Amino acid sequence: MTDVEESGATGQSGNLVEVRDLKVHFPITRGVLFDRVVGHVKAVDGVDLTIPRGKTYGLVGESGCGKSTLGRALLQLTPPTGGQVNFDGVELTKLPPNRLRSMRRRMQMIFQDPMSSLDPRQNVESILVEGLQAHGIGADRTARRDIITKTLDAVGLPKWALSRYPHEFSGGQRQRIGIARALVLGPELIVADEPVSALDVSIQAQVVNLLDELQDELGLTYLVIAHDLAVVRHISDVVGVMYLGALVEEAPSDRLYREPLHPYTRALMSAVPVPDPEVEDRRERILLAGDLPSPANPPAGCRFHTRCPWAQPTRCADERPVLRQIGESRVACHWAEQINSGEIRPHKVTAQIVRPEDEGETPGVVSAPSEPGSFV
Amino acid sequence: MVGPMTITERARKKAEKLDRLGELSAARDEERGVSLWQEAFRRLRRNPAAIVGTVVLGLFLLVAIVGPFFVPYAPTDTIGIREGLVKSGQGIIPGPSGDHWFGFDHQGRDEFSRLVVGARQTLLVGVVSTLIGLAIGALVGGVAGAAAGLGGRWGRWIDTALMRVVDMMLALPSLLLAVSIAALLGASLTTVMIAVGVVSVPVFARLLRGSMIAQANSDYVLAATSLGVRRSKIAIGHVLPNSLAPVIVQATLTLATAIIEAAALSFLGLGNPDTAIPEWGVMLADAQPYLGIRPALAIYPAVAIIITALGFTLLGEAMREALDPKLRK
Repeated sequence: MTDVEESGATGQSGNLVEVRDLKVHFPITRGVLFDRVVGHVKAVDGVDLTIPRGKTYGLVGESGCGKSTLGRALLQLTPPTGGQVNFDGVELTKLPPNRLRSMRRRMQMIFQDPMSSLDPRQNVESILVEGLQAHGIGADRTARRDIITKTLDAVGLPKWALSRYPHEFSGGQRQRIGIARALVLGPELIVADEPVSALDVSIQAQVVNLLDELQDELGLTYLVIAHDLAVVRHISDVVGVMYLGALVEEAPSDRLYREPLHPYTRALMSAVPVPDPEVEDRRERILLAGDLPSPANPPAGCRFHTRCPWAQPTRCADERPVLRQIGESRVACHWAEQINSGEIRPHKVTAQIVRPEDEGETPGVVSAPSEPGSFV
Repeated sequence: MVGPMTITERARKKAEKLDRLGELSAARDEERGVSLWQEAFRRLRRNPAAIVGTVVLGLFLLVAIVGPFFVPYAPTDTIGIREGLVKSGQGIIPGPSGDHWFGFDHQGRDEFSRLVVGARQTLLVGVVSTLIGLAIGALVGGVAGAAAGLGGRWGRWIDTALMRVVDMMLALPSLLLAVSIAALLGASLTTVMIAVGVVSVPVFARLLRGSMIAQANSDYVLAATSLGVRRSKIAIGHVLPNSLAPVIVQATLTLATAIIEAAALSFLGLGNPDTAIPEWGVMLADAQPYLGIRPALAIYPAVAIIITALGFTLLGEAMREALDPKLRK
């Protein structure tokens, strides 16, 4: 059975990654000597998503919605609390550490901050050679050097970069080093966590185009996490919108931007300015009231109902909507059709207090949520 | 009037320009990158505090290592009493003279020779005790830091157990701890070195652990994990080297404290029982009964201790500045 799993039994289905009901809950602990778990931050709470081979899945959402955690949990960098991650037929969540380690060759990550994700004491050659050594790729130094030089070429860095250190490069060049580090192992999946948000706008386009070219050339599959809607639209085939640890809508990129169905997606899209002053003046903007609720204590029912201008007295507050297929989109809203047809009109929403009284009466005592595998 | 440039002229200019560009990029190929340590060292050389500290320490090292071979008198020779110049019972202890630059001590020994020979003892105690503290502290802190940062649930248990022990050591006043250890093991030079060394263990352990945990949570460790690098290799290859800077700085600063603490222990009579061997702390203690007659006897070793400690402190502070990543341009 294991042999079949590793050879990629689901290859014919065309899906490289299948995530089912993924959950990442961080314990909130209290206490000086012995930690007592007083609650959980539900950073990711039941996400299903599928990434077809060779395609780009864009993940958007406001900061704190759990999109980065989802990316890390997918790569098993943050151990998930529940659910399954199926990578090319291999169930990652149950893989023993050593098998997982060798699987990492096939899935890589690009980080948001290119400076902090590069070890300041390593020069570029040693950064790039590290992955090769970890997986025993390349027979000797010259063979490895060959692979590295090719990768440098592919990301558009000069050869003299090899002996340089990260602090000697510009932001865009550093991100290229980060991309080269991910590429050098010849991965199939790359999770790019805000790959351009730390870069100058003029550099962003270069890096996005580089990612695009690399995908065409190498047939890579991407999960691109971003809050910049324009970047995601440009690069993605399918876009998923996250709100408070769960997907609220998933649709082919063009469709999502043309016809958002979920109220939250509508609000998100209405925040994108239109490059036509007349349209820009006339178009309706949906401003959301209040803050993102605490993921330690998410609202019952639909998570968005506390801020939703279309919220209805029935179902919204007590029944959690699941993703439903509506046309090409999958939407987690009970009233998506009625809202779209104009049957339900938006109403005014009064902002609710984000932190209910039964939680965190003295914030100083509650320690920061710690990842299960880390120390805070 | 300068006529318009001919086409050949223009082509030649362009070729020259391209050549220059080529030379530049060739030079770039030759040039190697500057590592963090190299850059830190470059910054250190430009810092006046570092220069003063290095000069002071250089002189101290020179005196400690070669000084004892060139002293005018043996440090144990009670020449002053033999020649009848010193009668400490009657309060006669002569001050500096041409033959005896710093005068005599209460037993008629040449003060200058004793100071010079004492430097070697001070250096020995300072360096050895700091190394003891550094070795044990770095081991405890390194294990705890690696366990807490990368070891998961079990690692955190190891870390908690180690740190509670360290906290207990930290809770005791350092001199009291040193006195207890010295009393337990009996007075000797080794005891002083162990006592002073053990006192600095919790500082090194805490420092390295905290620094390692901070590094273990950084993005580049996550990146190495996602590359599939082994945890042990991440701990030794990434986390540890990036955590060492504050520990090195602390070691330099600890040398200063160790010298002062060793002097204090000797002063309290817990040092080397053979008081004939000069040591700055012992000399300070010996000078105490004669403070009214010849305060200089206390001032000489005290100033020596202060200058040496100051040298280490200056260098340590300068190193801290040089290694501080925030100050990097």
